[in-house]
Amino acid sequence: MPVNMKQLINLVAKEDWPFTQGHRLCPGCNAPMVAKWATMTAKALGYEPVVGAATGCLEVSTTIYPFTAWNVPYIHNAFENVAATISGAEAAYRSLKNRGKLKTDKPIKFIAFGGDGGTYDIGLQSLSGAVERGHDFLYILYDNEGYMNTGNQRSGSTPPGADATTEPVGKVKTGKVQFKKNIVEIIGAHENVYAATASTSDPFDFMAKVEKGLKHEGPAFIAVLAPCVRFWRIPESDGPKITKLAVETKYWPLYEIDRGVYKITRKPRNFKPIEEYIRSIGRFRKALQHPEYKEVIEEMQKYVDTRWERLLKFEEATKGMYLR
Amino acid sequence: MPKYDSWKEMPIAGVIDKPATAREYNTGTWRIMRPIVDKDACINCMQCWLYCPDMAIDGIVKEDGKTEMVGFNYDYCKGCGTCAKVCPVNAITMKPETEFLK
Repeated sequence: MPVNMKQLINLVAKEDWPFTQGHRLCPGCNAPMVAKWATMTAKALGYEPVVGAATGCLEVSTTIYPFTAWNVPYIHNAFENVAATISGAEAAYRSLKNRGKLKTDKPIKFIAFGGDGGTYDIGLQSLSGAVERGHDFLYILYDNEGYMNTGNQRSGSTPPGADATTEPVGKVKTGKVQFKKNIVEIIGAHENVYAATASTSDPFDFMAKVEKGLKHEGPAFIAVLAPCVRFWRIPESDGPKITKLAVETKYWPLYEIDRGVYKITRKPRNFKPIEEYIRSIGRFRKALQHPEYKEVIEEMQKYVDTRWERLLKFEEATKGMYLR
Repeated sequence: MPKYDSWKEMPIAGVIDKPATAREYNTGTWRIMRPIVDKDACINCMQCWLYCPDMAIDGIVKEDGKTEMVGFNYDYCKGCGTCAKVCPVNAITMKPETEFLK
């Protein structure tokens, strides 16, 4: 049964927040929402979450020595190896459990948090290795589309047309030229994995996916679109509004790949043109003043339409065909 | 912040041995806009409680099984205004902090 609001409120009243106040992320940041929802869901389902985090905004601002905003066991190692660290912790847990050396009966679940730098670019090999080895963990990517912690450098996740300090909009180029890497397909191609996308505009969809990922015996991966209000140049309060627009414009379709089976979890009734999404975000503003901006928008529109059609066909074709 | 009598008592390698010590740091001092809730308009849907990135909204489940939004925890509220935006009945307004200066 999926978690509901009453369950969550009761949990917080009884057991306190798993992710507490006093962290120093920017006002309006969407990363703490992701951390809070994921750990609350794990607790509400009766699991003991153990959390690992890759270097990134979430890690540096929640664990400033001697403070920690985590009310659950937490480990941080380095930028590139959160998946390797959490898989080691998971292997140790399994070993202790098999030898009967554990003092608790509660099932322990392992959750890793990574930003897009620590997942798309730097942490990809350790994540791929951990997924291939089939460790039982859940990897949550909060995707803010750039190295926002160090000041808006481009990453493998930055969309075309965005203004980044390492790829600025100038007289010739319209910001970043390349498209965003499709990380869910990459992880989904490991076959024994549950991979999904979610967005901060739809917490219950995200929590249902967290539940599915925790119950899946083996690795699970969820990519959440979580805007960085500072470097997306949007008002502090508008994070969920922007991600809602991202879902409605097909920029960020909500779907899952469960061992090779595609399923679109949210199908908006009326789609909006991608231009509306691009115009609502400040980081595209410079590209919109560029003489070639129409080409960027056309290219993006064509890409998101094709991807949506492809997803619908995949959903149809892979029905019930579980790979493992 | 944990207090130690001597450096010998400190845990090795920068390990923090107590959970949730960040609460000792009040992020409410960052706030420039203060959220005010109109309890007559509020329908206690708890969307603000769910979305608040700073866990600064208190909520309870009453004995009759209904949820209730109790109020804001101004010690930690950074004043981002996400609660006001996600509120389906617009019961939360953001007011400048200067109005509350005495």
